[in-house]
Parts: sequence; C-alpha cells; structure tokens
Amino acid sequence: MSNIELSQIDRTVIGADGGLPSQSSDKSRASADRLGARGLLLLSWLAPVLLVIVWEALAQAGSLSPQVLPAPSKVIRTAYKLVTTGTLLNDLGVSLLRAAAGFALGSAVGGALGILVGFSRIAEAVIDRSVQMIRAIPFLASLPLVIVWLGVGEAEKIFLVALGVTFPIYINTVLGIRQVDPKLLELGRVQGLSSLQLIRRIILPGALPSILTGVRYALATAWLALVVAETIGAQSGIGFLAMDAREFLRTDVIILTIVIYALIGIAADSIARLLERRLLAWHPNYGAAR
Amino acid sequence: MNVHVAPRHAASSESGPAVVVSNLVRSYGSRVVIEKLNLRIERGEFVALLGESGCGKTTLLRALAGLDSIQGGRIAAPRRPAVVFQEHRLLPWDNLWRNVALGMQASDARERAAEALTEVGLGDRLDDWPRNLSGGQAQRVALARALVQQPELLLLDEPFAALDALTRIRMHELVRELVANHQPGVLLVTHDVDEAITLADRILVMRNGAIAFEHRAARDGSTSISRAELLVELGVISHSPN
Repeated sequence: MSNIELSQIDRTVIGADGGLPSQSSDKSRASADRLGARGLLLLSWLAPVLLVIVWEALAQAGSLSPQVLPAPSKVIRTAYKLVTTGTLLNDLGVSLLRAAAGFALGSAVGGALGILVGFSRIAEAVIDRSVQMIRAIPFLASLPLVIVWLGVGEAEKIFLVALGVTFPIYINTVLGIRQVDPKLLELGRVQGLSSLQLIRRIILPGALPSILTGVRYALATAWLALVVAETIGAQSGIGFLAMDAREFLRTDVIILTIVIYALIGIAADSIARLLERRLLAWHPNYGAAR
Repeated sequence: MNVHVAPRHAASSESGPAVVVSNLVRSYGSRVVIEKLNLRIERGEFVALLGESGCGKTTLLRALAGLDSIQGGRIAAPRRPAVVFQEHRLLPWDNLWRNVALGMQASDARERAAEALTEVGLGDRLDDWPRNLSGGQAQRVALARALVQQPELLLLDEPFAALDALTRIRMHELVRELVANHQPGVLLVTHDVDEAITLADRILVMRNGAIAFEHRAARDGSTSISRAELLVELGVISHSPN
C-alpha cells in the first residue's frame, strides 16, 4: 500500500509550487539575483507567450489548417460566441455540478471508512483488505460495468467521480490518523481529555495535513473521472460539447473545451491550496510566515 | 486509569499528602520493575528521584501519572497529577493559550491560561504558535499548562534534560518560584545530581525498582548532601573522596 501512496504524495508535493524544486549553482544564482524575482517571473512566461504568438502567426499565414489547429484568436471568438448565444455556461454548470456531487459522495464514503479504519484495528481487519483490492483496479476500467449497471446518465457519471475520489480520501485519512504522535495522545490523557475531546483536539488536527493531501489528489481524480465519463456518453456538459464538436470537425470548440478543463483543474488546485494555507497555518510547510 | 482518585475534601487542599504510594508493584510480563514501593509526598514538598537508566524511576512516574497500569499496591492522590515531560509536547496546531488551556472546562479558560503564561514570562505570546518558540520557552509553556490546573502533585520527567546549560539554570529558578507560589507536591525524575541538590527538599535514589537511599535537606537548606556522596549512592564512583 505504501509505495503507491508515497508516489501519489510525491507527485502532489512536487506539483505544489507548480514548478521544479529550485536548485541552482552559485553562478546561475548570481545571474538570477541580477534579474530579480520579478524578472524571473517574466522570464518564466516568455516561452508560453512566444508559443501562442508563433501559433497565431502560423495560423494567420495559413500554414496551419484550421481543422488541425485553429488560431488562438479564433478559439477566443468561439468562446465568446458560445457564452453569449450558445450553451457554454449551462454545460459548464452541469459539469461542475456532476464533479461536486461525485466529490461530495466519494469523500463522505472515503472519509467515513477512513475514520473507522484509522481508529479501530477491528474495522481495519474487516474493511481494509476489500478496499485495497477494489483500489487495485484502475477505477476507469470499471466504466463499462458502471454503464451496464447505471446506464449512460447522471448517476453513472457521479458514481465514477465518487469512485475515483473515495480511495485517495480513504487512504490519506487512515494514514493521517495512524501518524498522530502517540506522545501527544499520552499528553491528552494526562490533561484529562475525554475520548471525544481527544479526537477533536488531537487526532483530527494531527491527521488534517494528510487528509488535505488526499483532498487535493481526489480533486484531480474527480476531474479526470468526469472528463472520461462525459466523453463516453453525455447530452450536456463540457465533454458533450467536445464530442459534439468532433462530429462537425469544430476543432476550435474542442480546443476550447480542453482549455476549460485545464482552467478548472487549476482552480480546483488553488482552492485546495487555499484550504491548506488556512487550515494548516500552524504547519511550517504550509502556513504563511509568522 | 488505575490511579485511585479519592474524593476531594474541601479541607484536603490545605493539608495532607499530595500522594501516598503503598506497596506499589509494576511489572512487564514476568519482569518486575518496581517491587513493593512505598512513597509519600507532602504538598509543597520537592522530591527529586535519582537513579541510573532502567532503575524504574520513569516507570514509577508513569504509574503515578496514571499512564500505565499497576499490578499491585495502591496510589492515593486527591486529584489527577499534572505532568511535564522531557519533550514539551505542545500541540503544534494550537496557539499558546489554547495549549495551556488544554483540558480546562472553565469558561474563563483564556484568562487563566493568560495568567499562567504571564507567570512563566510569556504573557505577550498568547496567540503565537509553538513552532516560533525556543526549547526553553516551549518548556515554560509546558510548565504553565501543568500548573494552570492547580495540581496537588506535579510530576516532572527530566524536563530540563534537553535544554542548554544556561537555559537550564534559568528554568531551575523559575520552577523553584512556581512551586513556592503554587505549593504542589513535586516529584522530579532526573539524571542530574546537581539539579537534584539545587532543587529538592528530599532526594531519593532508586536502585533495582526500590528506593535505596533517602536524604532530607535541612529546613534552611544549610547542611546539604555532597555531590560525591550521591554519586557513591548512584554507583558512579565507589568511594567518597574524604
């Protein structure tokens, strides 16, 4: 169990600043100092902006077929048109609602099971093996089965998202509870805390960093699940928009949906990070400075 | 908890012992660590417990704290004792006053925590996080947390062992002051012979799960035991130099 978990955590941690760990030789640090933080920030935007400019120029010059890669300006115009006259906002709302419902369901189940197993060795013996066995299945592989059970509809999509969310939340909740420092639990007993107070004042706060790591990973999985579910069969939603556009070779709309998926992924991650900064203000690795 | 907590009488807070241990037996499986130990600590009395590693002194403290079960005998204490451990054991997710108030039910918890923190010289840091404290400061918060509940028995498990020498001397002064003000019975488990001589009214040396030596300082503290005598009792040196 631990190998996969660790790699998950590593991935999220590396993704945390959205960049590579900063490691530089003295020489390169000296020239970086001359640029300053603002200069470095500007520099980091150079390549993506240049890429978009080159893309736009090639498209304008007619070197790129609009069916292969329409100009960025065209994608923006399409976005505007779809917002004002089309159903983009409605589709976006439908997609977000599905993600939210699946996330709520999955985190409730994962969290409840995680708390149960975290606290009780008996619950662990009863539950953990089954959960680990189901977890071994790449959850997207269960999609055909889910469609047979629930058909192609809202239930199937929400179920798939919930399935993807349950396991990261479960694992990190169990891990978090088990990692609480036994010396602090001992202190709680010395101070005369009841079991309930012990949970509220020591165990849950102690488990929170791990649980939030789970939340962050679950947000990414939820989004992935939603994209897959909406691509397979949907009558509304961002994924439906993309598949519908594919029928008519509207590459601009397809690119737009991809960009929207990316933006929402970034937004979800930002929310998770905001939560961490708020709830883990005490933690040296997360909190704002003193 | 196996500590027998007798009902607290109104009068008992003024007089009587902080703890009475009779025929205490503590064993791990078949290995007996403490064999029929008797100990009485009065309120306001400062007792230091010395002994080499593994002699059972921490085991005794843990039994008094109610952290371990006992296999025989009786521990009678009017109230739950307070404990300061070698590590500060502050909750990193609670600010200082919440740490001090941990386990307090009173509605004026914040005010009382503030008083206790002021008493240890950290009255201006109520809302600070534990991670911003030095080792000595953190241990002072731990002392405040122990004393805020007005314990009748204060258990100190090598609380100064991890501090640097100068900080340790300051902490000795502070503890002496706090104990004088609050008058709990104190059991200090320590490796430090000088610390025991400086602080204690009574010094106990534990050997093989029993109290092997006892020295009571004079009321005015004038005729104190020498360091060498204690080292002989501890088995560190074989004979006193004179």
